[in-house]
Amino acid sequence: MAAVRVLRSWSRSARHLRCMHLIQMCSSAHVVKPKYTCLFGYSSFKFNHPHRLLRTTSSVNGQIIQFKLSDIGEGITEVTVKEWYVKEGDTVSQFDSICEVQSDKASVTITSRYDGIIRKLYYAVDQIALVGKPLVDIETEALKDSEEDVVETPAVFHDEHTHQEIKGHKTLATPAVRRLAMENNIKLSEVVGTGKDGRILKEDILNYLAKQTGAILPPSPKSEIMPPLQKTETVQPVPVPVLKPKAFTGKDRTEPITGFEKTMVKTMTVALKIPHFGYCDEVDLTQLVKLREELKPIALARGIKLSFMPFFLKAASLGLMQFPILNASVDENCQNITYKASHNIGIAMDTKQGLIVPNVKNVQLCSVFEIAIELNRLQKLGSTNQLGTADITGGTFTLSNIGSIGGTYAKPVILPPEVAIGALGAIKAVPRFNEKGEVIKAQIMNVSWSADHRIIDGATMARFSNLWKSYLENPASMLLELK
Amino acid sequence: MLIPFSMKNCFQLLYNLKVPIAGLKNAAKGGLILQSTSNNIYQNLAVEDWIHDHMNLEGKPILFLWRNSPTVVIGRHQNPWQECNLNLMREKGIKLARRRSGGGTVYHDMGNINLTFFTTKTKYNRMENLKLVIRALNAVQPQLDVQATDRLDLLLEGQFKISGTASKIGRTAAYHHCTLLCSTDRIALSSVLKSPYHGIKSNATPSVPSLVKNLLENNNTLTCEVLMESIATEFAAYHQIDSNSILISPSDETMFPGIKRKAEELQTWEWIYGKTPKFSVNTSLNLLREQSCSEMKIYVDVKNGRIEDCNIDAPGHWLPKEMLDKLSTSFIGNKFCHSEATMLLNALLRTCPKDHELYSKWHLLCEKVKTIM
Repeated sequence: MAAVRVLRSWSRSARHLRCMHLIQMCSSAHVVKPKYTCLFGYSSFKFNHPHRLLRTTSSVNGQIIQFKLSDIGEGITEVTVKEWYVKEGDTVSQFDSICEVQSDKASVTITSRYDGIIRKLYYAVDQIALVGKPLVDIETEALKDSEEDVVETPAVFHDEHTHQEIKGHKTLATPAVRRLAMENNIKLSEVVGTGKDGRILKEDILNYLAKQTGAILPPSPKSEIMPPLQKTETVQPVPVPVLKPKAFTGKDRTEPITGFEKTMVKTMTVALKIPHFGYCDEVDLTQLVKLREELKPIALARGIKLSFMPFFLKAASLGLMQFPILNASVDENCQNITYKASHNIGIAMDTKQGLIVPNVKNVQLCSVFEIAIELNRLQKLGSTNQLGTADITGGTFTLSNIGSIGGTYAKPVILPPEVAIGALGAIKAVPRFNEKGEVIKAQIMNVSWSADHRIIDGATMARFSNLWKSYLENPASMLLELK
Repeated sequence: MLIPFSMKNCFQLLYNLKVPIAGLKNAAKGGLILQSTSNNIYQNLAVEDWIHDHMNLEGKPILFLWRNSPTVVIGRHQNPWQECNLNLMREKGIKLARRRSGGGTVYHDMGNINLTFFTTKTKYNRMENLKLVIRALNAVQPQLDVQATDRLDLLLEGQFKISGTASKIGRTAAYHHCTLLCSTDRIALSSVLKSPYHGIKSNATPSVPSLVKNLLENNNTLTCEVLMESIATEFAAYHQIDSNSILISPSDETMFPGIKRKAEELQTWEWIYGKTPKFSVNTSLNLLREQSCSEMKIYVDVKNGRIEDCNIDAPGHWLPKEMLDKLSTSFIGNKFCHSEATMLLNALLRTCPKDHELYSKWHLLCEKVKTIM
């Protein structure tokens, strides 16, 4: 393909644009048409003539090739099409997977031999495809030195090696890649190939071009291209920096809400019908931190990981004994209030799928260690996505340890049919004053409670919070409640 | 995925450049025997993928020996609900994996040997591989009556299946793998490979159930170790290579760049369940409550593992139609998945009116619906 290149440029007002003027002769003896492409061939500028992007979508000169199903081996004559990876209108590159077929316990991936656009699929899923008959139609770009017509022989998969011999070029590259290089005036020998056997891929050409931009963009005084304006202007204005139009190919993406998110939508919509009020406080966990450090190895020796949560849950249960209204439930019209006997305290768990709230049953009967065992079990099930219905229903009160991820204050949303919830912030070391007025290091955690204001008032919440806080600030006081 | 030039020194075994690496005696000659140190199905399947995608097998066939902890492995185009008892597997902690080759469902445990024969597409010959295995078995026990069928199964004494075959053919390479029952837990095998789900209509590849037997039952010298050794020796003799097998670790990212990602992909829900060909479930379930029994009908259309259409019918007096319709429509778009159903039903239960009877009926219905997943 003869290509005549004329470098011509002009600039418009303050902009300094350059464009290459390419004249190409088409193989089918069309009239020589000037084609304007931007330096890099991606973005296009509005000029007098209609312009073409480097990779055209539908080409007048394209030829439709029938891609036949090649021989699978072992004398197989027919296969079942099991899955299509492409549909009509999709662009494929050579070696992309087109479909999956199955024959007698063998699953075969059929890959494309050409670059182009899928124009027709000959079979639907579950239909029987015949070896040697057309599988898909692919429309490729018309080229003078077109790739050798693929002959249907049993050893047909060796065809990709023929690319090595195309017209005496020693570099490995498909015809589409060659054309891309040619249109951009790139010598294939200068491009580093990163494909198999040093094959030059599209990406390599694009990378090469990207490297060239730095060299070409600012007008160099040494170049042959003389901007016409320079001759007439006497004063050289300071070039105003121009923001190159950035090609942003991001698109909005809409998808239906399903699965765990749908669950959250449903639950929260009902939850917000409850009038919430919040109450926050800080808890000094210095003593609890020390205690846990001592107890951790003992628990580990018994095979259990001890976190702070068992203490929080037990303290909450002790608090709920004194303030049972926080462990209650109201009916829809708020006519009746049911005081639940069991303290089934839920813990918000963040799993790969999303938020899930299993609960520990009958915390009022469990020791701190038993709560730890149960938490370990629920955490394991939660991480493997195996929590059962029994684990996630029946909760009466919830604690959310968002502090394990971070944060201080929160505004948790009550999970119906419960009436209260607490969110625990992170434990942070901060300076505080002790009784003597000295500055000491304290481990402080913030708690944010939310409660149903229809049946719970601020005073109740505050007293409960104080009681809970007192058990945690002075863990020894929990001993008094030991049964 | 093709490994760029620069990474050739990462992979210690044979590679596209056909450079024999020091440390592997005679590996460059006519082939390789690899043995996996992992019992994780996903990692081992990822090794198969990796070798299939990245290695040049021209003149260098590879034999890969591997065993797994209890797992059910379904074929590429199969339906797990049709093939195995997912509830039982969940209870027992038996994993589920979908391989990339075709064929039927098998049960793996440490008493089962998996053999994968990697060759170029031209050299792909499954019968030849099976004959090699038979020779290896006979080398240990000459009187053993093992024959290959035209379905490429291996039958012991003409009636017990001891091996099943599947294969994958790509652009230039192919692999044929088969199982070999040495000392598998037969009770687990038969209980787990029985599907309790009714009313499934699908075009997925069905499995052909067969009577099985362990080789160890025939002769207690036929342990997994002995058989792997024998097969390796036979393979080495056939291809005239060194019979020492090379131990490989499927989690070694330097030896197999990119293998971690392959293993992860094989564990995603989208691969294991989402690749199930389109199917529908049409079944009726009994609702037993306080000595009365009602029947509910459920119809679900599933595509790519997600519910496309759902219809639940129960006698009108049992639950109001609007509630059933609400349940049906909330399922649409969700995965046909036990845990997602649990979450959704839990959320719906929270929003259910607190009339005790209605609530318990609703609860029962939800539990029943979950049993089909």
